[in-house]
Amino acid sequence: MADRTGKAAPRGRERRRAPVKDRVWWWAVFGACGAPLAALGLWAATGDLGVNPVETIVRHLGDWALRLLVATLAISPLRYLTGSTRPIRYRRMVGLWSFAYAVLHVTAYAVVDIGLHGPTMISDLTERPYIMVGMAGLLTLIPLAATSPQAMVRRLGGRRWKRLHRLVYVAGALGAAHYLMMVKADITEPMIYIALLVLLYGIRLGRWIVGRSV
Amino acid sequence: RQLPDVAPSRFSTDEDLNAFDQITTYNNFYEFGTSKEDPARYAPDLKTSPWDIRVDGECAKPGVLGAEELMASHQLEERIYRLRCVEAWSMVIPWVGIPLAKVLARFEPTGNAKYVAFETLEDPTQMPGQRSRVLDWPYREGLRMDEAMNPLTILGVGLYGRVMPKQNGAPVRLVVPWKYGFKSIKSIVRISFTVTEPATSWNMSQPYEYGFYANVNPEVSHPRWSQARERRIGEWGRRPTLMFNGYGEQVASLYAGMDLSKQF
Repeated sequence: MADRTGKAAPRGRERRRAPVKDRVWWWAVFGACGAPLAALGLWAATGDLGVNPVETIVRHLGDWALRLLVATLAISPLRYLTGSTRPIRYRRMVGLWSFAYAVLHVTAYAVVDIGLHGPTMISDLTERPYIMVGMAGLLTLIPLAATSPQAMVRRLGGRRWKRLHRLVYVAGALGAAHYLMMVKADITEPMIYIALLVLLYGIRLGRWIVGRSV
Repeated sequence: RQLPDVAPSRFSTDEDLNAFDQITTYNNFYEFGTSKEDPARYAPDLKTSPWDIRVDGECAKPGVLGAEELMASHQLEERIYRLRCVEAWSMVIPWVGIPLAKVLARFEPTGNAKYVAFETLEDPTQMPGQRSRVLDWPYREGLRMDEAMNPLTILGVGLYGRVMPKQNGAPVRLVVPWKYGFKSIKSIVRISFTVTEPATSWNMSQPYEYGFYANVNPEVSHPRWSQARERRIGEWGRRPTLMFNGYGEQVASLYAGMDLSKQF
C-alpha cells in the first residue's frame, strides 16, 4: 500500500485490507458459489423454470447443496495434492454456501412444494426414509454453520472445534444417501457423488494410516 | 399431421387443458433417457412407420395389427382425460384414440383370456435409454380383461387432433386414465391375451412401491411420495387427489370386494 501516500490518509480499516490477489480469489469463489442461485433467480424472472417450476427449484437447490458440500470436503485433499494453502482459506465460505443451499432447498420444499401442508409434512418426516435422512443431514450442518465464526472457533478451542467439524463427513454421507434414496431407477448421478465421497474419505483415511505408521 | 374425422366423447372432462408444449416436453419415457427432457430430445428419430403390433395368446384370431390400418379402420375419438403420475403431478390431455375393447374384439379373445399384456418396442439403436438397464427391457404392462374392456380404456394414436408425438408414445400407446401414468404403456409392439397376471416393469423393478393394479388412490401412500395431493402442471399449489383419479363412477365396480390397500 506504499503508493497511497499521495492520497488522503487511509482509514485504519483500509490499511488492513487484504492484497488484491486475495480479494480477487475471494470474489471468484464467492461468485462461483452464488452463481447457481443467481441463475435460478434469472430463470424465475424470465419464466424459464421449465414445465414443473417447483420441481426445478427444489432439485436445483438440493443439487447445489450437495455439490458444494462435496467441494468443501475436497478442499483438504486439494491441499495435500497441490501443496497450496490457498484453498483452505475459502473452505468456510464454500461450506456456508452449501448450508445456505440446503436451507433454501428445505424451505422451497416446505413452503413452495407442499405449501406448508401440515399432514404432508408430518407424514413426510415420519414415514419417508429419504426425507428423514435428508433432514438429518441438514440438522448435522446446523452446529457446523453456527460455529463457523472465528469467535466461535476461539471459544470452543481448536481441538474441540475440529472434532465437532468432523460431523461434515456424516453430513456428506447423509446428503448422498438422501439423493440415492430419492431416485426412481437411474442411480447414475447419486453414484457419482458417492464415488467422489469414497475417494475423498479414502484420501483422508490413507493419510491417517500413513501418519500413524511413521 | 392433423388427424381426420375425430369425434368428441362424453367421457371427456371440461377442465382446462395443459398446453401442447407442456405435454410434449415433460415426459417419463425411459427408453429415451431418465430425465423429463430426454424423450423430446431423442424420440424424434424413432421410426414409427411402418409399425406392426403382434397380437397373440388366448385368442381365436391372432395376427398383426398395423398402426396405419388401425387408425384407418376405426372411428377416432377425442378423449380429454386427466393423467396422474405416481410422482404426484398431473395434467389434462386431449388424447385421440380408439376404445381398446373394439380393437381387442377383432382378435376374438377366448374364455381363457383373463389378462392382456403389452410390450413396448425394444431397440437400443433407436432408443438410447435402453442401452442402460435402468429397467428390465422391454417395458411391460398389463390389465385385467375387464379393465381392458372398460370404455374409458383407449389405444391412443394422437394428441391435440394430431398424430401422436413420438415422445408421447407414437404411434400407438395405451391410455388408462384411472391408473397411474406408468400403466399407460407407450410405443406398443405386442399385445398378448394371457391366463395369468402378466409381469409388469415397475412392479418387477420395485414390487413394494408399484403394484399390478396401480389405481390412483390417495389412501395408499407410495413409500416415497404421499399420494394424497398432486400438483396440476401449470399450478403452484397442490390439490387433493381423487380416488381412481376422479373416474370412480365408471370403474369403482371393477374392484368390488377387493382390498385396494393390499392389491394396490
